[in-house]
Amino acid sequence: MQTLTTGAAQFQPASDQSLLVYFGQQITLDAHQRVRKLLRLLEEKPIAGVQNLNPAYCSILVSFDALKLNQGDLEEILRGYLVRLDSMQIPKRRELQLPTCYGREFGPDLNEVARLHGMTPDQIIELHASVSYIVYFLGFVPGFAYLGDLPEALATPRLDSPRRSTPRGSVGIAGSQTGVYPFATPGGWRLIGRTPIAMFRPDRKAMSFLSVGDRVRFLPISAAQFAALENA
Amino acid sequence: MSTILVEAPGLQTTVQDLGRNGFGPLGISPSGAADPISLRLGNRLVGNDEGAAGLEMMLLGGTFVFPEGAILALAGSDFGALLDDVRLEARTAVEARPGQTLRLGPTRSGARSYLCVQGGISVELFLGSASTHILSGLGGYQGRALRKRDVLRIGSATKSFRRRTIAPQASEQLSERSVLRVTPGPQVDWFAERALHSFYTGTYRVGEQSNRMGLRLEGATITQQGAGEMITEGVSLGAIQVPAGGSPIILFVEQQTTGGYPKIANVISADLHRVGQLRPRDEIRFELVSVDQARRLLIEQEELLASRELILE
Repeated sequence: MQTLTTGAAQFQPASDQSLLVYFGQQITLDAHQRVRKLLRLLEEKPIAGVQNLNPAYCSILVSFDALKLNQGDLEEILRGYLVRLDSMQIPKRRELQLPTCYGREFGPDLNEVARLHGMTPDQIIELHASVSYIVYFLGFVPGFAYLGDLPEALATPRLDSPRRSTPRGSVGIAGSQTGVYPFATPGGWRLIGRTPIAMFRPDRKAMSFLSVGDRVRFLPISAAQFAALENA
Repeated sequence: MSTILVEAPGLQTTVQDLGRNGFGPLGISPSGAADPISLRLGNRLVGNDEGAAGLEMMLLGGTFVFPEGAILALAGSDFGALLDDVRLEARTAVEARPGQTLRLGPTRSGARSYLCVQGGISVELFLGSASTHILSGLGGYQGRALRKRDVLRIGSATKSFRRRTIAPQASEQLSERSVLRVTPGPQVDWFAERALHSFYTGTYRVGEQSNRMGLRLEGATITQQGAGEMITEGVSLGAIQVPAGGSPIILFVEQQTTGGYPKIANVISADLHRVGQLRPRDEIRFELVSVDQARRLLIEQEELLASRELILE
């Protein structure tokens, strides 16, 4: 895969009212920083006619009102934004902790994940909680944070058939990603634990507990601590 | 203050407006009316702004009482509406007297009917919109579909009643079609010529598990070339993604905001409202157009919606 030169990006129409801006086709810290910077720039200086932004690992989907903008004009304006990315300042990463109760009914797939990797459940927990993860973006459903990078030894494929419902707060792994389900939704990630923290609260100013660019660590807690925190 | 009493909720009746745009970075999809054109027309019939909140009913309508009366109109599919015992004309404003009951039954045409009242449905806005996002329990009336005995407030209305109806010709032009026009999806290169051929020549049936998040399609399965693993990226409204099993899914108003399956095509903006009228078991086909054509079709549609001849008084 080629390395991107400063500000380089590729454009790809996704529909008649949206355009994908790619910073390469690989999950890298460099691409992630560019996504953060472009997102911030587009939020600070919105483009008239742009209606929505969907950041991801190495791309942003820009949706627009097709009656006010077209792909060509939008690309032109975005090129003007891209050359300013290098001089952009982005806020320092916040460091956060997510208390998590692993295993048993909190993480019904923990034993299977351990078996797949030839490790004990405790080793899986220790490894999962040993690193600090980057919040690459929020997506899928409100407040769902895509976290990386998972220690390579923990990379596990998704379930063959997704669960109809995963309890809210479930901590899952899928491939080399890990994340937390903010709502009870269908899902195919393997569940190893559960956090009592409310990941998405519409009554809070920030709503989502995690924001793009944060760093987060999982902190193993007991079932009793889970109950205490859940009722706090 | 006027109210609506929910005597029977129907299959899935939700408060919807034109959705909340701009919260993609939080993972929140816009939601809003599945057939926004019908909601806009219904609102115009009762003298509201186009984007006022109304009730979206799916497949089976509800029963509603208006204790203080209301000026109302139904738009979208025909659910065989009766006001007390009198059959209501489709797409025509009517005045309900205090205590009258509106009864809707199962659909006789498409998937969704909209009840608009003068003054709009008044709920606390979430991120600037009254739309219900069912999956996450946000917005609308307590973040959920209506239940028996719910009481909805009607916003204040000052205008008097005028009998407005939609020109039949315009209704015809906007009505359902079984061919959805699409533009190429961002991963169209992931599909071989043969796969594209079966996608564009095949007939697809809308699956039973379809909802506001997405429509599952049954028909010719589409195979990808190679076995590439996609990096999760933002997905647009009307994107047609193809999971490993090869059965396409149209992502819809309450869609996930990002996804990791390749998209073969995307329904054009001018046809999105038609997706909102597709019922389980309906048969559809896809027709490829260019992005420029899609834009022209959208402009034409908006010109029709803006024309003076659209609403008859």
